[in-house]
Amino acid sequence: MTAPAISVTDLRKSYGELEAVDGIDLEVAAGEVFALLGPNGAGKTTTVEILEGHRERTSGEVSVLGHDPGRNERAFKDRVGIVLQETGVERYLTVAEVIDLFRGYYPGPLPRDQIIEIVGLEEKRDDLVRRLSGGQKRRLDVAIGLAGDPELLFLDEPTTGFDPAARRGAWEMIRNLHAAGKTVFLTTHYMEEAQRLADRVAIIAHGKIVAEGAPANLIGREKRTTISFADPGDGPPIPVREIATMSGGNVVIETDEPTKMLHILTSWAAERGVELEGLMVAPVTLEDVYLKLTGASEEEVVE
Amino acid sequence: MNDAVLAGRQVVYENRTFWRNPPAAFFTVALPLMFLVIFNLLFGDDEIERFGGTVSGSTFYVPGIAALSVISASYTNIAMMVSIARDDGLLKRARGTPLPPWAFLFGKIAHAILISLLLVAIVVAFGAIFYDVEVPTNTMPAFIVTLMVGAGSFCALGLAMAGLIPSSDAAPAVVNGSILPLFFISDIFIPLEDAPDWVIFIGNVFPVKHFSEALGTAFNPYETGAGFDWVSLGVMALWGLIGVAVAMRYFTWAPRR
Repeated sequence: MTAPAISVTDLRKSYGELEAVDGIDLEVAAGEVFALLGPNGAGKTTTVEILEGHRERTSGEVSVLGHDPGRNERAFKDRVGIVLQETGVERYLTVAEVIDLFRGYYPGPLPRDQIIEIVGLEEKRDDLVRRLSGGQKRRLDVAIGLAGDPELLFLDEPTTGFDPAARRGAWEMIRNLHAAGKTVFLTTHYMEEAQRLADRVAIIAHGKIVAEGAPANLIGREKRTTISFADPGDGPPIPVREIATMSGGNVVIETDEPTKMLHILTSWAAERGVELEGLMVAPVTLEDVYLKLTGASEEEVVE
Repeated sequence: MNDAVLAGRQVVYENRTFWRNPPAAFFTVALPLMFLVIFNLLFGDDEIERFGGTVSGSTFYVPGIAALSVISASYTNIAMMVSIARDDGLLKRARGTPLPPWAFLFGKIAHAILISLLLVAIVVAFGAIFYDVEVPTNTMPAFIVTLMVGAGSFCALGLAMAGLIPSSDAAPAVVNGSILPLFFISDIFIPLEDAPDWVIFIGNVFPVKHFSEALGTAFNPYETGAGFDWVSLGVMALWGLIGVAVAMRYFTWAPRR
């Protein structure tokens, strides 16, 4: 078995009274895409910045590619690529110049044209950075992270602010990196992103890991299906009144036996000639699991 | 690439971005030349008691504006650019790469010194060609040493100020507010003939006046010695060391937001 790319034991970071990271354990295998999920302020960025060497930890064991990132070793930086949140780039260089500047810092850089192709900035290669759109700048951030052909790439909320097409492009790119054997450590608050990309996911809330595993397994823990429909008039129908909840004018039922439950509901409705408006049957998503575990409100997730 | 090559490459990139950024290039390069032209228009033909004799206003202004050029290319430029780069995350990004931190800072400092020397050369040539300012040759080594000590010290003070500036929003106010008043009381904009003692005293505490005086001594047409103003050079070097100490204590790579 190869050594894990990242191994963290009882990591803690406190700011005065606040325990931003409150004793977490993580292990990321080499070649894996790992996603750290959590609402804003849960400790995601603090954790990833400790792993990158940008922040000092209060206590705990951290090993990244066999190095302690807190020691700021050059041999460590040679092997990792870091894509921070919202970081500026020198505005008066062109895309190609910026990539060359950063390639020069590493012992074994990727070819420039290959980097530009991976991030899809071929048409912008000779444009000044200041002329790029927000999404293009974000892709340049990723390009800089790839400059040294890293074994391990940190991506801190890589698609925040992307439009849906750009997000799909970024996902494609991350899949390609995965296929090329890179280890990717991703933070995100987009559940769909984690569900589609990650081999394994850890959910962090209030500085603690509250769930960890493959997305399918996390979802599998909740074997439930959600059935919802508009309130037919006077609240949930008699047969399901005990187990249903009301949410925004909808009757919502969570069940392990969706077929049986639908049969009860539709029989009841057909007998009385009631139409169940907006009837929906949906499997549990990672987002449902996440919301349940983090206690986050809907807005926090979407934002 | 070895580290010396990396450091040299930083200078090349600093230079490229500097000239492509019109506001930065304008303020650093054009402003000192504008001051030189304006002061010469106003006072160029005045007779000023200086250097143990009488000199033209132009001869007084060339070393003063040379000092101003160096200060604006080193102190002002570095304090502004570094605090903006820090808040934009450029410093943090560089810190996450294998580039040695010294090579990154070397790029900024070496570039500032090169721009300083370029500006001084332009100011001196301008004075010699248009205002008949006599360029002394026997004190030239002293002039160059003084320039280097000044540029080095004001770069260190620029880094120190970047460490003290709370955010890039505050940078223009703090940087200009700290340096502009000193230009007025340091024999740069106006000759301090009849200034009150306390103004002279304040001017003597800070390094700006010592810099313009030391450049003046090395530019003095009546100077018979080598032209080194050791006291002023010592005060400037002391300020430079204070700058290094403050920078080492307060400089950070992460944005302050």
